[in-house]
Amino acid sequence: MLKLENVQAGYGNIIAIKDINLEINEGEIITLIGANGAGKSTTLMTISGVISARAGRILFKNEPIEKKPSDEIVKLGICQVPEGRHIFPQLSVQENLDMGAFLRKDKANIKKDLQYVFDLFPILAQRKNQEGGTLSGGEQQMLAMSRALMARPQLLLLDEPSMGLAPLVIKQIFEIIKQINTENNTTIFLVEQNANQALHIADRGYVIENGKITLSGPANELLENSDIQKAYLGI
Amino acid sequence: MDYFIELLFSGLTRGSIYALIALGYTMVYGIIGLINFAHGEIYMIGAFTAFIVATVLSIYGFPLLAIVVVAGVAATVWSSAYGYTIEKIAYKPLRHAPRLSPLISAIGMSIFLQNYVLLAQTSDFLPFPELIPEFAFMEPVAHIVGSSDLVILVTTTIIMLILTFVIKFTRIGKAMRATAQDRTMAMLVGINVNNIISATFIIGSALAAIGGLLIASHIGQINFYIGFIAGIKAFTAAVLGGIGSIPGAVLGSLILGLTESFATGYISSDYEDVFAFSLLVLILIFKPSGLLGKAETQKV
Repeated sequence: MLKLENVQAGYGNIIAIKDINLEINEGEIITLIGANGAGKSTTLMTISGVISARAGRILFKNEPIEKKPSDEIVKLGICQVPEGRHIFPQLSVQENLDMGAFLRKDKANIKKDLQYVFDLFPILAQRKNQEGGTLSGGEQQMLAMSRALMARPQLLLLDEPSMGLAPLVIKQIFEIIKQINTENNTTIFLVEQNANQALHIADRGYVIENGKITLSGPANELLENSDIQKAYLGI
Repeated sequence: MDYFIELLFSGLTRGSIYALIALGYTMVYGIIGLINFAHGEIYMIGAFTAFIVATVLSIYGFPLLAIVVVAGVAATVWSSAYGYTIEKIAYKPLRHAPRLSPLISAIGMSIFLQNYVLLAQTSDFLPFPELIPEFAFMEPVAHIVGSSDLVILVTTTIIMLILTFVIKFTRIGKAMRATAQDRTMAMLVGINVNNIISATFIIGSALAAIGGLLIASHIGQINFYIGFIAGIKAFTAAVLGGIGSIPGAVLGSLILGLTESFATGYISSDYEDVFAFSLLVLILIFKPSGLLGKAETQKV
């Protein structure tokens, strides 16, 4: 479904990702794990077209998208929940969700999807008219994910959904990621520092170090890999 | 008492013109964090466009209402085209440059436009045709409130209401707010940020052009330099109210207009600018974020 071939990107003089190759098939949960500054978020921002790729190709359903602007990429069905959630602070929860469906015109289905995310996260229904900036961290993560779901994505990019959250909330978030994947057949690309949780729900995983993919394979094999255990799982 | 009311209305009139210009400053700042110093020139170009169209039409003897409408539309469209083009030429290529670069580009644009109008027109003050007639029903209060004051107040009130509605409830308004609050996220939900920035410049320019038309016909003369001083005043008003805040720009403008009016009326017109800018100094000392602005927190 999505294929990155030798993708290179960066900021100013800094090259953050040097040579990324990876492939995501329809219906999969794929995780990308790595340390701080390894290039995880840059990879996602490059896929979303916020940062432009300096070299290499990005194919979505065999169509090159690396030159497309971000709004066209969203239109194709690739949505991202960025690191730090990026809630619109002075828009209400409802308005934040409306923004998620910005490019859609099918009013009836939007209404249905709104009900769907309110069922997933009932707390959001209660806080509908509250400003997004006043929510707690966990609630903001729920809102950020719901906002992305409002676009009916085919491929959902999640950047560190567990960051800064209490263990119980993390567990809930990961369960819902799994649920979104099975219920809607939404393909998920999950970037995480929390390698243990991520590998437990993922089908396959990639490891990124200093802007390069150094290891990849089925998630259960990566969990057994002694290098990964030492570097990311703390075993 | 009559004198007080007269000053009050003249202050409100002045304030609402400032508000029409200040909105452009504050909206552009809200979206791209730039003080668009060329914005005053947009207002001046609006006044000049209205001047040319109105003069030509009145030579051919068109009815007053037709002249006002055509001149207003022409000024709005032409100024918007300028605003749009300025952004594309002078600011868009510097989108990722350090913040100082677009600011200097804006000052350059302002000087360029002033001199361009100076060369194309003249440095003399030109008499602006009287577009707003003296209404008969205003006769009894004409010594306190002029007809043009009334027209300016009513027009700006209507425009503010429309603008509020657009920003609060329409698709483009929501997209503008979202872009102002978090540009990266706006891109990630599929908003074409370039279009939103262009729309902001167009709306701001249109408002300034209407301000230019109204004030020029109120005062009765224009020249190439009017944009500079009006721009500085409107900018002061925007900072006073909290730059980036739309209600703040309106509030700041009204306060500035009233201050100037009362200072002129009760003290001396020589001190008009002293009071206006003292107000700016005071607000910068005691509430740097402005009356309704949010304090910007720098995350470390």
